[in-house]
Amino acid sequence: MSATAVAPIRLVSIGKRYSGTKALDDVSVEVAGGTVHALVGANGAGKSTLGKIVGGVIRPDDGELFVDDRLVRYSSPREARTDGIATIAQELAPVPQMTVIENVFLGIEPRRSGLVQRRQMRTRYQELVSQWGFELDGQVKVGALRTADKQKVEILRAVACEARVIVMDEPTSSLTSVETKTLHRMIRTLRESGRTIVYVSHFLDEVLELADTVTVLRSGRLVRTGPAAAETEQTLVAGMFGVAAEAEHFEKPQGSTAPVLLEVSGLHRKGVLADVSLQIRAGEIVGLAGLVGSGRSELARAIAGADPIDRGTIAVDGTTRHIRSPADAMAAGMAFLPESRKDDGLFMELSLASNTTFADLRAVASRFGVLRRAVEREKSRSLLKSLSVEPPNPSMRVANLSGGNQQKVLFARWLFRNPRVLILDEPTRGVDVAARAAIHRLINDLAAQGTAVLLISSEIEEVLGLAHRVLVMRLGSITREFGADPPLDAVMEAAFGLGGSPTT
Amino acid sequence: MSATQPPDPTVPDAVAAGDNVSPETIAAPRVRWQRRIKAEHVRDYGIVVFAIGLFIYFSVASSVFLTKNNLLNLVFQNATIGVAATAVTLTIIAGNFDLSLGSIFVLAEVLAAWAAVHWGVWWAFPVALAAGAAMGAINGVLVTKLRINAFLATLASALTFGGIAVGVTHGGLLITPSSSVFTFLGQNRVAGVQYPVIIFAVVAIVLQLVLAATVFGRHLYGVGGNRDAARLSGIKVDRTVIITFVITGAACGLAGLIDASTTGSGSSDMSGLGGQLALLAIAGVALGGTSIFGGVGSVWRTVLGVLILGMITNGFDLLAVPDYWQDVVRGILIVSAVGISSVVDRR
Repeated sequence: MSATAVAPIRLVSIGKRYSGTKALDDVSVEVAGGTVHALVGANGAGKSTLGKIVGGVIRPDDGELFVDDRLVRYSSPREARTDGIATIAQELAPVPQMTVIENVFLGIEPRRSGLVQRRQMRTRYQELVSQWGFELDGQVKVGALRTADKQKVEILRAVACEARVIVMDEPTSSLTSVETKTLHRMIRTLRESGRTIVYVSHFLDEVLELADTVTVLRSGRLVRTGPAAAETEQTLVAGMFGVAAEAEHFEKPQGSTAPVLLEVSGLHRKGVLADVSLQIRAGEIVGLAGLVGSGRSELARAIAGADPIDRGTIAVDGTTRHIRSPADAMAAGMAFLPESRKDDGLFMELSLASNTTFADLRAVASRFGVLRRAVEREKSRSLLKSLSVEPPNPSMRVANLSGGNQQKVLFARWLFRNPRVLILDEPTRGVDVAARAAIHRLINDLAAQGTAVLLISSEIEEVLGLAHRVLVMRLGSITREFGADPPLDAVMEAAFGLGGSPTT
Repeated sequence: MSATQPPDPTVPDAVAAGDNVSPETIAAPRVRWQRRIKAEHVRDYGIVVFAIGLFIYFSVASSVFLTKNNLLNLVFQNATIGVAATAVTLTIIAGNFDLSLGSIFVLAEVLAAWAAVHWGVWWAFPVALAAGAAMGAINGVLVTKLRINAFLATLASALTFGGIAVGVTHGGLLITPSSSVFTFLGQNRVAGVQYPVIIFAVVAIVLQLVLAATVFGRHLYGVGGNRDAARLSGIKVDRTVIITFVITGAACGLAGLIDASTTGSGSSDMSGLGGQLALLAIAGVALGGTSIFGGVGSVWRTVLGVLILGMITNGFDLLAVPDYWQDVVRGILIVSAVGISSVVDRR
């Protein structure tokens, strides 16, 4: 790094431990001002932790953090914010009961003699929105927004407080391709206006497209920091894993005649789902593509009994089932992996074993409902091992795992039940390349063993890579159906409602 | 407990090895980041160390404290609180709250006495337990089916139950027939141990086992830790929550029965234990380290919390410390215990 460029952020020998495991070990990085600096690494490599240290979200155990060559010790994100460092977290945390505008200006409300100047706030909001090219109604309560829009709120919040440095932790993991492009445009504008972006991501193509400098981490250690122009996806992967990861390719069986395992007809929920029907055969992976808000997740939740329906029938293996709760769906042989592992999935305070067995505790209990701990530990250990959860320690708290490993634990809970129908909503969100490949292989294997899989993902590539059939949803109904490996453009067009007549 | 002091940022980074450093000092968050693993131990087991320390202190400071009679008395005096507190631990772990413990206790006691007077002494037992369970069920239904916040629901039901109790007794006492069938529970001993002490021990052990070793107990942690995830995992959340309220109600009924049997009467007077039961029980739960937000905790912690509060009363009485100090110390203690765990969790 040249001596003339003033580094606004310098991390020296940073170390951080969680319950004895080293999340970061002796990591030193300089982030130059006015650049996009990407942090890449596998899940558990420490990239999120490093980002959080910069943003004041976590304090390091060892090492020093310099901002503008001044030694700082942040004990809260608020302290970092006063130095102009804002964090946009992976797990978004706006105040759901407040409106978009109130969230954006939370803590920095324009005020006069202690009173919030609401009109001024609205005007400033309009300025911000038009300046950054967002379309977002400021009066809506944040709780009613989809994840993608919540993220926009967070980004607006960062620019509203005039942050000089913005730490973005996996900002695109819940965005559609179009929204990702918008975000990238914003990031470039931010950089041109002299701001620094610390970009934590596992999407290597994004990193290469966007970043000036890349820092590669592996198992909590620094591999290298260098200009992004000198890297390729292969070199990054090699740096992250030490070896080149193999590309995934899945054979898709044609014209299955296996019996239909899941049959949904005329599923309707006012304003959300419009008479949706679909069939999935044993061993088939049906992909559900569509924009955020198209009703993909809502369809999954309705089938799984998580949300109520107005009418429609669900049959599993030829038998019509009255599904009024998740318990009913489970009794019918279904398993549902929800969209947000933090909100709807994991019990953060409980152990890996408890999280694994929670949906089927009877399997590890005696007749009178007394748990057999040793059996539970052994069964969960072997399942966690087969999913390559690292570390496969059943008594560890799930909160101490990295995102990808947490996702695998959630998978473990549902595989523990040996479901016949598996409904997956964003199964690889916030998961690194290796864990992702492992999960893809797992889904493929489960289908090969006869499980019927409904796969939902905001990444169309993921759907296309795995699905034997692709259904496209738009405005609450299924508008197009494709066979295996359809052209990406056609699926995108269908999702946006362009071209082609709807087939139902 | 020296950990109640705010962490001192001026303490030098190098805490020299071999220095006479108490575990609490190491726990102070800013002393040395490397030692933080131990902070979790202080949070999880500090209360055990503190209880032992307090026990030793009183044993040394007072010649009477460490006698069989005094210790049995200590537990005897806290048995009713203990029964209610161990049960409400389940409700709290499942993510709810119950402020009506005292009113359930009083109404169950009054109804038990009424039944003893009008129907015969044996009726007191089923009536107290059933009345308590029924009141708990009402709380549970208010909280789950009507979705009323547990604080408000149980505050309102507490007023109602308390009012009914006054109505039944016309504001006075219901003196039960002086039958040994009725009073043996509160006034007799087995092998020198008072019945209430045995009941407290049995209730605590049973509830601890239910919580730690059964499917139902695990479900409570799940429901309290992440309600949505529990529902998506097939748990009947409402039913689970109602059961915790019923258990708590029945336990308060049992506590009321013990009290009625001890005094040989049913009193609707809320200025006594009835008025304080909810707060004392919840104080014991919190002091033990069970999270008020649900999902974390255990029954043995509550037993410890209740006994620590009891020890302070007992020990201070023996040492002739003025009464008001007991409340001051208990208050500070609860704040420090909860404060330490929150500081450790927040780091």
